[in-house]
Amino acid sequence: MNWRLATVVELIGETDRTTSIVLTVPDWPGHRAGQHVDVRLTAEDGYQAQRSYSIASAPEDDVLVLTVERLDDGEVSSYLVGELRQGDELELRGPIGGYFVWEEALGGPLLLVGGGSGIVPLRAMIRHRFARRSAVPVRLLYSARSLDEVIYREELLAADGRGGVDVRFTLTREQPDGWNGYDRRIDGDLIAEVAWTPAERPIAYVCGPTAFVEVAADALVSLGHQAGRIRTERFGPTGR
Amino acid sequence: MLDGNAIAGTMTEVFGAEMTLVVATCAGCGAQGPLAETAVYVSAPGIVVRCRSCDTALMVVVERDGVCCVDVRGIADLREPASGRRW
Amino acid sequence: MHISRGFHGRHREQADAARVPPGQYVTSDFPVLSAGPTPRVSLDEWTFSIRGQVDEPRSWSWDEFQALPREDITVDIHCVTKWSKLDTGWAGVSMDTLLAGVETAAEHVLAFCDGGYTTNLPLEDVTGGRAWVAFGYDGDPLDPEHGGPARLLVPHLYFWKSAKWVRGIDLRVDDEPGFWEGYGYHNYGDPWREQRYAGD
Repeated sequence: MNWRLATVVELIGETDRTTSIVLTVPDWPGHRAGQHVDVRLTAEDGYQAQRSYSIASAPEDDVLVLTVERLDDGEVSSYLVGELRQGDELELRGPIGGYFVWEEALGGPLLLVGGGSGIVPLRAMIRHRFARRSAVPVRLLYSARSLDEVIYREELLAADGRGGVDVRFTLTREQPDGWNGYDRRIDGDLIAEVAWTPAERPIAYVCGPTAFVEVAADALVSLGHQAGRIRTERFGPTGR
Repeated sequence: MLDGNAIAGTMTEVFGAEMTLVVATCAGCGAQGPLAETAVYVSAPGIVVRCRSCDTALMVVVERDGVCCVDVRGIADLREPASGRRW
Repeated sequence: MHISRGFHGRHREQADAARVPPGQYVTSDFPVLSAGPTPRVSLDEWTFSIRGQVDEPRSWSWDEFQALPREDITVDIHCVTKWSKLDTGWAGVSMDTLLAGVETAAEHVLAFCDGGYTTNLPLEDVTGGRAWVAFGYDGDPLDPEHGGPARLLVPHLYFWKSAKWVRGIDLRVDDEPGFWEGYGYHNYGDPWREQRYAGD
C-alpha cells in the first residue's frame, strides 16, 4: 500500500465547516464503502502531518471524494478546508479498512447511525446501495447540531422514502420552525425507536465521536442486538 | 480515545496485511475481539492499543527515523478468523 | 518528496535559540499526550509514597501533602514529540523536601502512577532542586488531563519523565525501565543531547 498523488478536481462546500474534496487518483484500485484513506501533508522544511479521512464516494462513482470537517485546532483540516485549491496535488494511501465496510453482498437490513462527520462513510454505503439498485432496507439515524450542519442534506432528504430507505435526523442544538423530527442527543430510547428489532437481525454501522458511538453501540447491545453485527468507528482529533 | 480503525493504515504498514478484522486475545484478561474494536490512544510518544476490558497495553507502536516498530507483548494470540492466519 | 503547496504545520513561536534544545520547536499550546485513559482518583484516597530501598517507607495524604512547604517555579518543558513550552508556571513540593532525611543505598527511582504508568530516573536527577511533585499549573489546580491531582515534574529531561498522576517513587538499587523506556525510548532522556530513543 503505497503513497500516491491525487489531483484535486473540485471543492464542494457542504456546510460552513465541511468541504468535499473531489479527487482523481491515477491507477486507483477501487474501494469498498466504509473504507478510508490516509492523507499526508509535507511542509517545505520536511515536517509532515498525517490524518485519516473516510471515503465519501461509492465504489461505483467516477471520482474519489473525501469530506473533511475543519476542526478548531486542526492543523491538517484547516489546510484541507481553506487552503487546498483545485489543481493541487494531495498525497494519500489506501483504500484502508476491512472491518467497517458494507457491500450489497453482506445483506441487511442495514442500520446506519452517524454523528457529525460520522455520516461520511455511511453516505458512501448509501450511495453504493443505490448504485447497485439493492433492495436491502436501510434506516439512517443522523445526529447533527442543526439542519445547516447536516452534511449531504439535499442528497439525504432526496433518499428518504426512496425504495426502502428511511432517513431520520436528530437536530440537537437548533431546529427549524415547524420541525417535528427528533431534537435531542442520541440515547437508548432514540435508538430503540429507530432500530430494527433484534429478531430482524440488522447489521448496524455506528460512526461519529467516541462518546456518541459508545452510547449508540451500548444501546443496541442492551436492546439485544448481537455484538458481532454492530460495527463501530470512532472519530476524533488525532494531532498532538 | 479512538479505536483500531484510526490506525488501520499504520497496522497494514507494520504487519503487511489488513489487520482490523484480526482477532486479538488479551494477555492480561483473555478478552477477545477484532483489532478494530480496541481502545487506541494516538496522542502519545507512540500509539498505545489497549484492551477495552482491562486496559492492558496490547500493542505499542513507536516510530523512529521513519520506521514503525510494534511491540505486541500484551497480545496472547493474534489470528484472522476468515483464513485462520496467525501472527 | 511531494511538498504540499501552502502547508506550514502548526504555528511556531519565536524564541531565544539558546533555550530550545536540538530538534524542538516552541509552542504556546499545551498539547495533551496520553498513553491511556485519564485516571480519576478522589483526594480522600490519594497518597504519595516513598518506598523500596528505604529504612522506613513514608507516605502523605493529600492534606498532609498540602501542608508541606511548597514552591512556585517557572520552567521550560520539552516533549520528545518535538514541542517545547517556555516559562511554564507550576506549584508543587520539591522532591528534596519529600526525600529529606531518607537513608538509602538506592541510585535509581521508578515513579509509579494511577493507571499503571511508570518511568525511571537516576535518584540524583530527582534531587538537588531538579524535581517536584506538582499539583498546580498556571495558577490553577492541575487539570486531570495534564496529570492532576499531581504529577512528577522533572523539566531537565524529556517530559515523558514528568509522570502524570504520580502516586509515589520506588527507590531501587537496580534500574528498572519504565513504560516508554521499555518500548524503545531512551533510558535517560536528556533533550540537550537529543536522547529520544534507546541508543541515541
